[in-house]
Amino acid sequence: MHALANPARFLRIARPATIWLLAVGLALALLGISAGLTLTPPDYLQGETVRILYVHVPSAWLGMGGWLGIAAASISQLVWRHPLAAVAGRAVAPAGATFAAICLLTGSIWGRPTWGTWWEWDGRLTSMLILFFLYLGYVALASAERERGGEGRIAAIYGLVGAVNLPIIHYSVLWWRTLHQGQSISVTGGSSIDNAILWPLPLTMIGFSFLFGAAVLMRMRAELAEAKVEARMRRLGA
Amino acid sequence: MKPKNQRLILVAAALFAVVAAALLAMWGLREQASYFFTPADIAAGKASEGKAMRLGGMVQAHSIQRQGDGLTIRFVVTDGKATTPVVYRGIVPDLFREGSGAVAEGRLQNGTFMADTILAKHDERYMPPELGNLSAEHKAGGTLER
Repeated sequence: MHALANPARFLRIARPATIWLLAVGLALALLGISAGLTLTPPDYLQGETVRILYVHVPSAWLGMGGWLGIAAASISQLVWRHPLAAVAGRAVAPAGATFAAICLLTGSIWGRPTWGTWWEWDGRLTSMLILFFLYLGYVALASAERERGGEGRIAAIYGLVGAVNLPIIHYSVLWWRTLHQGQSISVTGGSSIDNAILWPLPLTMIGFSFLFGAAVLMRMRAELAEAKVEARMRRLGA
Repeated sequence: MKPKNQRLILVAAALFAVVAAALLAMWGLREQASYFFTPADIAAGKASEGKAMRLGGMVQAHSIQRQGDGLTIRFVVTDGKATTPVVYRGIVPDLFREGSGAVAEGRLQNGTFMADTILAKHDERYMPPELGNLSAEHKAGGTLER
């Protein structure tokens, strides 16, 4: 991590990494989605609507994983004052918010034919909506702090406190009775999704994650370039 | 102590405190944050008559009866420990069926649940149609055991 504290060194790695993440991510996501739309069988109860899971599950993971990234950047900012931590946090937030929104929208579209409702205020749905609003708050706070010339410490504290919502989202279906079903896939306990339906999911999971990484690197590079331009303009002006 | 380590300890302590506070709050909210009551809750007297609430559980096998008007249905919701009869007038979602999970919104009246809305609950198992038919008998249960 600290080897990347030098922005020039970071950019040397980030430039090729962006291209690779973008290309491989796009290929995997397209492969997974087309397999999920054509090759897998429908579910015995839900029918064809089950296919929405190939987008819904990766979006849920990235919505939450994005805030995990913000929390990591926040710790790195508060403890080690890593020069790229605030940049990384600001780059992750819009991408995370986008995926949280996709998760909520696809879930709603799935919920209508399955449950019979677009939206219910159960523990899982509500905590995910709160995550989306937390992202919007982070974007506003971080950009306001940057405009005032702050180091990003206030946004980092907010990012750390907001991380409390992550275990709440994850365990909401275990702690409380919810309309949302319990978890189908666990790291230790295997999966209650049949393999015939499950197999394209890892493709879209990894593919969407790579695309997420590419978007974050692009935003970080753009912000570093912007900072360079601003510094040069100041020098010219002075 | 180096300021860096000092900050690390401070952040770790703050994080621990915030997470502990949140977990305690969530634990306290357990009853209120539950999306529905179960028949066992009603049997234990946790739900009051005439108050708007949600009832959740499995639709008991062979319990769905259609009334003469073609629109009203009666069925029994069970959680394995207790049962509650439900009356509903309207169209039920496609996934509403015997042996599956369902959530009803409405109120309790003389021990019968008068539902205004019926939602189907889906469990965490996904499988192709040919497997689904094989395992249809062992599917009830699971999602409500809390």
